[in-house]
Amino acid sequence: MGLTPRPEPAGTVTTYDPANQESWVATRLDFLVNWSRAMSLWPMPFGTACCAIEFMATAASRFDLARFGMERMSFSPRQADVLICAGRVPFKLAPVLRRIWQQMPQPKWCISMGACASSGGMFDNYAVVQGIDTIIPVDVYVPGCPPRPEGLMYGIMMLQEKVRRERMADTALRHEMEPDPRSGLYIPPQAIDELSEPFGNSVHQTRSGL
Amino acid sequence: MSSAFQPVLPGSAAPHEPAPATPKQVPHRGGTPNPSAAALQSRFPGLVRRVEVVWGETSVYIDGAHALEIVRWLHDDASQRYDYLSDVTAVEYRDPEQPIEVVWHLRSLPYRRFLRLKAELPKGAPLEVESVWSVYRAADWLERECYDMFGIRFSGHPDLRRILMWEQYREGYPLRKDFPLRGRFSRSEQLRQALAANPEARYSMEELTIAQAFEDLPEAMRRRLSSGERTGE
Amino acid sequence: MATTKRTVEVAVGTSGLDGNGRPRRMPLTVTENGSVATIEPPPPIEPDLVGEHMLINIGPQHPATHGVLRLVLELDGETVVRCIPHIGYLHCGFEKIGEYRQYNQVIPWTDREDYLNSIGNNVAFALGAERLFGVEITPRCTVLRVIAMELSRIISHLVWLGTTCIDIGAFTPFLWAFQERENVYNLLERWVGARLTTTATRVGGMAADIPDGWMDQLRHFIKTFPKTVDEVDRMLTKNGIWVGRTVGLGAMSAEEAVNYGLSGPMVRASGVAFDVRRDFPYLDYETYDFEVPVGTHGDVYDRYLVRLEELRQSTRILAQAADRLPDGPVNTSDHRVILPPKHKAMNNIESMIHHFKQVMEGPRPPIGECYVPVESPKGEKGYYFVSDGTAKPVRWRIRPPSFVNLSAIPKMVEGHLLSDVIAINASIDIVMGEIDR
Repeated sequence: MGLTPRPEPAGTVTTYDPANQESWVATRLDFLVNWSRAMSLWPMPFGTACCAIEFMATAASRFDLARFGMERMSFSPRQADVLICAGRVPFKLAPVLRRIWQQMPQPKWCISMGACASSGGMFDNYAVVQGIDTIIPVDVYVPGCPPRPEGLMYGIMMLQEKVRRERMADTALRHEMEPDPRSGLYIPPQAIDELSEPFGNSVHQTRSGL
Repeated sequence: MSSAFQPVLPGSAAPHEPAPATPKQVPHRGGTPNPSAAALQSRFPGLVRRVEVVWGETSVYIDGAHALEIVRWLHDDASQRYDYLSDVTAVEYRDPEQPIEVVWHLRSLPYRRFLRLKAELPKGAPLEVESVWSVYRAADWLERECYDMFGIRFSGHPDLRRILMWEQYREGYPLRKDFPLRGRFSRSEQLRQALAANPEARYSMEELTIAQAFEDLPEAMRRRLSSGERTGE
Repeated sequence: MATTKRTVEVAVGTSGLDGNGRPRRMPLTVTENGSVATIEPPPPIEPDLVGEHMLINIGPQHPATHGVLRLVLELDGETVVRCIPHIGYLHCGFEKIGEYRQYNQVIPWTDREDYLNSIGNNVAFALGAERLFGVEITPRCTVLRVIAMELSRIISHLVWLGTTCIDIGAFTPFLWAFQERENVYNLLERWVGARLTTTATRVGGMAADIPDGWMDQLRHFIKTFPKTVDEVDRMLTKNGIWVGRTVGLGAMSAEEAVNYGLSGPMVRASGVAFDVRRDFPYLDYETYDFEVPVGTHGDVYDRYLVRLEELRQSTRILAQAADRLPDGPVNTSDHRVILPPKHKAMNNIESMIHHFKQVMEGPRPPIGECYVPVESPKGEKGYYFVSDGTAKPVRWRIRPPSFVNLSAIPKMVEGHLLSDVIAINASIDIVMGEIDR
């Protein structure tokens, strides 16, 4: 089955062309900007459930997030860099999460912490969003139920690596993904169904009798 | 801060009963029934359908139309004093012939007793039972949740609207057995409906009276709000 | 030349408190160059400012709501006139899923529901399920479960302490509390393998017995933990800021508390000594020597004192349980309910059949229903099971203490200030996972 790839926005993808390399100044500028962004990501903890407790434990003394520059939790999305969605997101909370994401200014990233945020987790039922990537774009998925603080830190370090590989010349990077105005959905409905129900329409009750 | 502070002690109405102990070897059926069951049978002879003692707990099956009267008596009577409502919930069985049961868990702190009341609501008729909110304030949200999950209306409840799902939820009553585990709509449709519903943008009637929007409401609606009407389904 | 007069309300010093303990406000008139000119009586309040109440929405995403709770407040200036709470933002269909899983498969859901009291919920579930199955647990399992419940109570109260301190403004106790939680996490991880979501019990026993050296580690914890409690006590109990922000807020009388169905430290702070461990005991709690702390005023300060004392009493129970842990098997020998040990399942046909039936279908209880309440850190917690003889429950109901406790918040915040709402909300000790299920 597999996912149908989204069409690339025209004319905005940067490829590495040895004959047309970036200048030394541009690469140094990239390094400086990415380094300062990666080393001081201010998280917006969208904590709902058990993962939020592990997030708090990661921020506490033993697994200190302050050494990543992330101790300043910004509960206002306007001042945050990373949205860490820690916990299960039911459908009632989906518009809230969408609005928080839209209120965050670019550059912004998203970490989906835990199984429930990444894919719905153990809650494959009528009430839970089967993965927040159906609502907002996610950069790093951290598996676990809940992930250990070391796991979350590994995910944060992956995000830092991703931030460091960004290039200013890539104009498609900070492109704000807009939902389709008619459906209000961020990706087409078939893609959502495919993401949520990889083995067919799971609203049928026949899957192993469950 | 007075030196004469006396805490309210459970078991105060039955001081000569032995101190409670962990139940051991509880029989499946045939344990000692709660004395309140016999008291209910003598006080409301026609309304008590049957009494069962399962795993040491007494369940009294009552007539749902008189639930409030029975509960109020259990609360007010000096020999019963069920002052604490632990839970209000409902049970639907897998057998479609069996009625839906509304269950009340009552606790008497002065006598240290626990009683379960059950009312059977047959599925063909509208699911309605009286609210016990006037007796126990704890019933407020518990009955709202029961309504949200099963569709049972509690008459006399001041504000019966959905509590766990959003108010415009269209898929049905989730804990009913004919409601599939994953809901009735496809995932994209559920998501679309959830995003369109946007619960924070919708204020209840009570909240609208506070907000500026009260002036913009039509006259008829303003009159209904001032007379104390609440929004429902 | 007329001076521009701006009327400014200023609190006069810190000694200027009126009869209600609120700062007395005296209007001053300030001239253009900033000097105080005359003291005049305040101008009459314009008619359409009177009665214009403000609608404020707190949440569902907010650092101080302890989860996704939405409070809509009607404010008259800074005073709360009405509060309308909205919940359901974490409703994940636990009770529905419980009808589609075997009894042992439901236990992971009990972890996630009140995630601060995971192992306590596991024990509560196992107690209810064992009553429904008619199975007795071994003495060793009984004591281990008491240890589990009290450890759970400690970590839950520590989270409450940490987050309440942050809400009211004290950051340091949060770090102390979470450091102590790490010590308990070490214990739980050595026992069952998980820090937070433990899934430690099975119907008829536990998932695993404690490893060697675990009791020494527990005793070390029992010895060092009271120091942290004393440190918190020294920092907060007589602290002017803490007392000023918590005394007199959100008081509930004893009759109101019982009528609103409050349980746990909420009802005990209001003077009602209702503790499920005392009044409807389980796991032989009547044989342990502990006290039930009861408050006198029912306000936020009393709830803080009750929970702090409960931390001490839990340590006391832990010490007694650690001393009396008997040897023997952890799991019951009734293999219709619990998996037989591997060597028996591989060598004995009867055990192999038990194993097969339990793995494929799950243990089946007799037809019946059962409700066994326990004293969770939030209040009276219980799982109500209804069984029709099959391996999956017909109805699995969670009696949520925080849900009922939270329903009293409109009553508690009326007449208080906006900042008091945060303190009162923190004092209820809610867990949205349990409220919304």
